[in-house]
Amino acid sequence: MATLKLLIAVSIVYVVFLFCVAFAADRAARQGRGAWLRSPLIYTLSLSIYCTAWTFYGAVGFAARSGLEYLTIYLGPTLVMIGWWWSLRKLVRIGRAQRITSIADMISSRYGKSNLLAVIVTLIAVIGTTPYIALQLQSVSLSFAAFAETERGLVDAGAVQDTALYVALGLVVFTILFGTRNLDANERHHGVVIAIALEAIVKLLALLAVGVFVVWGLSDGIVHTLERIDASQIADWEVSPSRWTGLTLVSAAAFLCLPRMFQVMVVENEDEGHLRTASWAFPVYLMLISLFVVPIAAVGLEVMPTGANPDLFVLKLPLLAGQEGLAILSFLGGFSSATSMVVVAAIALSTMVSNHIVMPIWLRATGGTATISGDVRQVALLARRLSIAGIVLLGYVYFSLSGGGTALAAIGLVAFVGVSQFLPALMGGLFWRGATRTGALAGLCTGFVVWLYCLFLPSFGPGVLLPQSVFDAGPLGLGWLRPYALFGAEGMDSVVHAVMWSLLLNTAAFIIGSILSFPSPMERLQGAQFVNVFEHSRTAGSWSGGMAQSEDLLIMSQRIMGAREAQALFADMARRQGLSGYLPEPSPEFLERLERELSGSVGAATAHAMISQIIGRAAVSVEDLLAVADETAQIMEYSSQLEAKSEEQARTARQLREANKLLTQLSLQKDEFLSQVSHELRTPMTSIRAFSEILRDTSELGPEAQQKYSSIIHDESRRLTRLLDDLLDLSVLESGKVTLNTQSGRLGDMLDRAVAATSGDPGLHIIRETAQEDVWLTTDHDRLAQVFINLIANARKYCDAPEPRLTIQPRMQDGRLVVDFSDNGSGIAMADHGLIFEKFSRIGETKTSGAGLGLAICREIMARLGGTISYLPGQKGATFRVVLPVETRLAAQ
Amino acid sequence: MKPAKSVFLERRSYRRRRMGDAAVLLPLFGTVLLLIPLLWQSAEGGARTTDVMLYIFGVWALLAGLARLVSGYLEVGPAAGTEEGVVEPSHEGPG
Repeated sequence: MATLKLLIAVSIVYVVFLFCVAFAADRAARQGRGAWLRSPLIYTLSLSIYCTAWTFYGAVGFAARSGLEYLTIYLGPTLVMIGWWWSLRKLVRIGRAQRITSIADMISSRYGKSNLLAVIVTLIAVIGTTPYIALQLQSVSLSFAAFAETERGLVDAGAVQDTALYVALGLVVFTILFGTRNLDANERHHGVVIAIALEAIVKLLALLAVGVFVVWGLSDGIVHTLERIDASQIADWEVSPSRWTGLTLVSAAAFLCLPRMFQVMVVENEDEGHLRTASWAFPVYLMLISLFVVPIAAVGLEVMPTGANPDLFVLKLPLLAGQEGLAILSFLGGFSSATSMVVVAAIALSTMVSNHIVMPIWLRATGGTATISGDVRQVALLARRLSIAGIVLLGYVYFSLSGGGTALAAIGLVAFVGVSQFLPALMGGLFWRGATRTGALAGLCTGFVVWLYCLFLPSFGPGVLLPQSVFDAGPLGLGWLRPYALFGAEGMDSVVHAVMWSLLLNTAAFIIGSILSFPSPMERLQGAQFVNVFEHSRTAGSWSGGMAQSEDLLIMSQRIMGAREAQALFADMARRQGLSGYLPEPSPEFLERLERELSGSVGAATAHAMISQIIGRAAVSVEDLLAVADETAQIMEYSSQLEAKSEEQARTARQLREANKLLTQLSLQKDEFLSQVSHELRTPMTSIRAFSEILRDTSELGPEAQQKYSSIIHDESRRLTRLLDDLLDLSVLESGKVTLNTQSGRLGDMLDRAVAATSGDPGLHIIRETAQEDVWLTTDHDRLAQVFINLIANARKYCDAPEPRLTIQPRMQDGRLVVDFSDNGSGIAMADHGLIFEKFSRIGETKTSGAGLGLAICREIMARLGGTISYLPGQKGATFRVVLPVETRLAAQ
Repeated sequence: MKPAKSVFLERRSYRRRRMGDAAVLLPLFGTVLLLIPLLWQSAEGGARTTDVMLYIFGVWALLAGLARLVSGYLEVGPAAGTEEGVVEPSHEGPG
């Protein structure tokens, strides 16, 4: 009796301790002191709710019945965990980006926020989890009974039921207290998480302690234990390959799909980086948990009386050996496993039930609008609390009705297969954009029905829910529909049979349904965001509304999120938009964020429905889809814009370099020009000064000499004036300030003028083709004549032929007027071709005066007149070509 | 924003990508290793539970070790400076 009392006392202390820890953690997190609460280690430990009482007690029973097969249940999750990089990481990223609250929310969000899907997922989850909760209650009450048994002999069933009821009630209180403290299911339940992390340590330590006791206490070390295993009933490695692979697959699938696993893995996830640690630490945890299972089973089979329930070996071996302390630790381990599972499962399921079943019904019942009176927040919280109580008590009812028999022990695998039906829709939705709501519905329903018929209903035994005749001959005598031999697949293990058919048909229906159906815009929008979550982690704007609605939105949000939180959110958004007060413009960004915040509280489907009631638009338009596509395009466009910009900058830099080079060159040219000008000016100045000094200082100069000197002075000053005139002319021309005196005239007249102006020296014979000269031009005649004069004068000056001849030959070429001035001299050397049009360039030795500005002026004039002047190489003598655009000529006609 | 995909990566990001490949292949590798004991049954007399147990726990430890090794090279989360990481802040800005 002492042990039982001690057990009760220890249990109560343990429970109080858990409450305190949860409370302290919640408080610490609230005050922002809970950094250690968010460590990867806590995350890893919280994942251990995978190991329930079914693991703690059941694994040994499993091993005692079928050897190493129990390992498959832990190998599947191990494989999933080490493959976190491509599966879990994406799941967690989406869960955080979309503020997913449960697996039902996840699947519903992916397929266009369909509430129907969410309801189906919720139903399957409830049906699959309730027996599992019953199993936990059973394990706690059975383990309690085991203690009582050793004290007082047999315990009546009523006492067992009572224990289960107390445990259930305690769990309801704990879960409601710490699981529904805040409405936002997306907010972390620090208290709950820390409590289950603590329980994870307790159950691991308890199992390890029992294992160590069995190996070193009941046996003589490892070698001896191995010998005992070899001598036991489970010595031979006899595992059916189909069960080995089938169970590994199912446990891997269940690990991803179990509502409670989804809750701790995705919803409670604080940081994606925690997965990195969990990827190896959780497999290690699973390995340690299963390490001593076979030794305990083998020794138990040997020591315990025949017919003892192997599920309780973990507890009964220490009890049998009189190790009451160890037995109590073991009991606490089992208690921890059971309670942590129930708490998390209840939170996960209650979120699903309240968000996807109760809230939509309530919203509809209250007139279909969220703005009518009534506190949505309180309703949602109440719905969740009632759901928790309902789910746990449903488990209790299930437990009492099933009588706590061994049938319940098999329910673990049955539940696994049930939740595995989510896998095709979940994974397909994650990686295949073509997956549609219709496909997901078809797959889920098919899988669910097959599971119900092939595994769940028959698991109660013949004659309970399915009559014996259905097992033997199929419904209505249809032999191919027998639950354990569907489509004639006889002789298979019932679980493997159900796994194969349910997942096969589920996947097939999912794929065929997806291929044949056409997704709604909302589905395509969500699909793109799920599948490409790593490319753009943002939801696209899909709302538009007017200012009048902001107030309605605030009223609604206050009811759901609580007044303070909602006002803070609205004020923040208003500030971001540059507005004061609490009413932001209902911009798409704002509505999108609001929807995400609300979906953290009531689930995506409900949040979407509520906002669309106020905004008045539930559907996604094609524009929204385009916006999603645009986002990617925008990113690409932006990057190409950047590229273009940097190219442009490179171009500008290049241009700047060129301009700089040009400026340097110009500066050099200017210096050169100045020195040239000074030189040109100094030469006449020198002679003027010299001769005027002679005239001044020499008194006995004859009149002839006087005449000669003063005429030299006169000539030189004329030359100087001419030079300055030319310079002035050139500078005017170059600066472009010259005004052209445009008029109409005949080319011949201009040539006549030029020839007359240069006729001072008769030595040059000019040959003209007067027939060709009958061309009318509209141009500046004086300037053009100046060019001609210059060319004729040049020929006169530089033609070195004994009988100098100049041919002036006008003609039309390519619609332009071309006038060639060619003499019969020796021409200009090739090397000087580039220089002749430069200022002050004089070729060869000069026999006549000239500053070398003539051709430079000609070039400038021709440029002003829209034509060109160039030196034509390869002729007999020097040939200059003057080209005038035809437009000038046409204008004259 | 997102730099044009270059054909060659620098050593570190190259190593990270290959470790990403390794992380994807690791579960396949583990599956194969865990299926191997199924072949031992057909042998005359069959394998003993203890042998298989030691093998599987060995593989388990190996897989956990490899997972730790590989995950040490992988960068997680939006702040990790991977391609999606760079995109993030610019979205926050105007929002």
